[in-house]
Amino acid sequence: MELKDKLVSSFLAFENTVDVDTAVHDIRSQAIKTFEEKGFPTKKEEAWKYTSLNTVLKHDYSIFPKEENALDFKDIKKYFLHDLDTYKIVFIDGKYSSHLSETTHDKIDVCLMSSALSNEKYRLIIENYFNKVAREDGLTSLNTAFSREGAYIYIPKNKLADKPIQIVHFSTGNEAAQMLQPRNLVVVGENSHVQIIERHQSLTDNPVLTNSVTEIFADKRAIVDYYKIQNDNQNASLIDNTYIEQHAQSIASVHTFAFGGNITRNNLNFYQKGEGIDSILNGITIIEGKQHVDHNTLVHHTAPNCESHQDYKGIFDEKSTGVFNGKIIVNKEAQKTNAFQSNNNILLSDKATINSKPQLEIFADDVKCSHGCTIGQLDDNALFYMKSRGIGEKEARALLMYAFANNVLSSVKIPQLKSRINKLIATKLGVNIGFDL
Amino acid sequence: MLEIKDLHASVEGKEILKGLNLNVKAGEIHAIMGPNGAGKSTLASIVAGKEEYEVTKGGILLEGEDIEELAAEERAHKGVFLSFQYPVEIPGVTVTNFMKTAINETRKAQGLEEMPAKDMLKKIREKSELLEIDRKFLSRSLNEGFSGGEKKRNEIFQMAMMEPKLAILDETDSGLDIDALRIVANGVNKLKSEDNAIVVITHYQRLLDHIVPDFVHVLYDGKIVKSGTKELALELEEKGYDWIKEEINA
Repeated sequence: MELKDKLVSSFLAFENTVDVDTAVHDIRSQAIKTFEEKGFPTKKEEAWKYTSLNTVLKHDYSIFPKEENALDFKDIKKYFLHDLDTYKIVFIDGKYSSHLSETTHDKIDVCLMSSALSNEKYRLIIENYFNKVAREDGLTSLNTAFSREGAYIYIPKNKLADKPIQIVHFSTGNEAAQMLQPRNLVVVGENSHVQIIERHQSLTDNPVLTNSVTEIFADKRAIVDYYKIQNDNQNASLIDNTYIEQHAQSIASVHTFAFGGNITRNNLNFYQKGEGIDSILNGITIIEGKQHVDHNTLVHHTAPNCESHQDYKGIFDEKSTGVFNGKIIVNKEAQKTNAFQSNNNILLSDKATINSKPQLEIFADDVKCSHGCTIGQLDDNALFYMKSRGIGEKEARALLMYAFANNVLSSVKIPQLKSRINKLIATKLGVNIGFDL
Repeated sequence: MLEIKDLHASVEGKEILKGLNLNVKAGEIHAIMGPNGAGKSTLASIVAGKEEYEVTKGGILLEGEDIEELAAEERAHKGVFLSFQYPVEIPGVTVTNFMKTAINETRKAQGLEEMPAKDMLKKIREKSELLEIDRKFLSRSLNEGFSGGEKKRNEIFQMAMMEPKLAILDETDSGLDIDALRIVANGVNKLKSEDNAIVVITHYQRLLDHIVPDFVHVLYDGKIVKSGTKELALELEEKGYDWIKEEINA
């Protein structure tokens, strides 16, 4: 059976087991219809021109986790930021792992989506925010239909999440092939602040397909910093659909570190609903082999005096392929918008490919919008400079790549995370330079 | 120290050096002067091991050893240093970290242990004082946003750190104001010893007032066409290069 048919027919059994007689239930029923109608995206769609899901969709995925698997913290410690006190919401094969997690209900809520969906206490928040900003495309609708597990984060007005929150999804490989559909909801009240780090990690080479949806609401003057670490195994594919609604004077940033995986597709959407908003989209992609990373961004400016800053750096080796498709829409009302987009790429091999495409739709007449894209190789002069100081070829190349990606890295606000990303980059580049690369 | 014999070199099929001879002994300072396009910077790059140049004839010996087949980093490990005319900016890598990497990579290649952190810091402090470099400067990203003068001073700081046997200074005076020139020259002079050698490439005499050469050579059309002592530099400053061109073409 094709994956689509399998999903649609599985839904019938599934829907009677969850939140019957609630508003969410109606949303689910509608969503599966939308998915049935739209299906998975194909290369015929403009937004999916350079990314084909065909090879990924052919596996016979198990859709619901059959059993609960336990993992020892010591075996998976390295996937956490463990030198930093954080809240943790951890899933193993799509099931919540209470012994690896650290949640809270003290002033703020950092807990499970499933409990928020089923608990009366959260009904109002769910009704007001669940599936409100997510788009109704095939993949998001599919996730909505099956929404069950993920992180629920609610920071009320004037609160500071006292420590960063890590959301980590493990796949143990107990299933021959597994499909995961995490659903996160992050609501940040006026003047509040939260930092979130998300990671998907497969522990074996069994195929994994994750179709994740995250909805984020940043109320007035809220600050949201979201970091995505995408450094998964070669048979793990990720479709990350993130939707962010921002209100006046809020600042939201998403950093995406795409260092590995099979096919990685980031659909990152910012919707500005107020004045004085700043949206920041930063990314570093370093891939090789046959890996594929596609960043598809949207920033929609609807009100005056807002800004957006996009900075994506990519380094592509061997036969890897990259896509950057950055869309900026500036409504007629959104005067004095400052929207910047830059996408710089280095191709280390003749066989690596990058497709970079800015799309600017500007309907206001008093705006500053710029976009720039470069594709190049490492600078020979710079390499010679390093080598003439006794630094070997490999290290010299690594230093230059690091320098290339550095301005994105320097905007990471959590020092321990920055240091971790540094180490990931050094490992990725196969070097051990005597300082924090 | 450095012996260049009948060196012919080309880039993209164009011959730039056309039979160049140069013999630099330990303890000597040589100046190479010449008009634009004579091949001065090419010579510097070839000795330091830049790959895009092809040596078609002749050879380069460092302490009697043919280094032509060695990569740039291997030459650095053997004590060759080039102060760049246009130093490269490396965002995110501080001057200090860059130097630590350079020194420890070199020590590793020489079969030595990494330099202990304490010794490294001491050395950095000493050498930065020599070049009158502010401590804050050392934690800035290498060459990023440096003025022309700062870049050149930083090159000589790197030279001081690396302690090369053979240092080639390519247009180190360009971009320096008179005070910086004096500091840089003073640094170079203090680094000079009986065991090392320095080749100064310059357009102008003014650097040579401060770094006094034992020999001055004129490079023109890919060859050394005239050699002399420091008085030759004064003569060139006064009369320009036309008389040399005429002498050759006659």
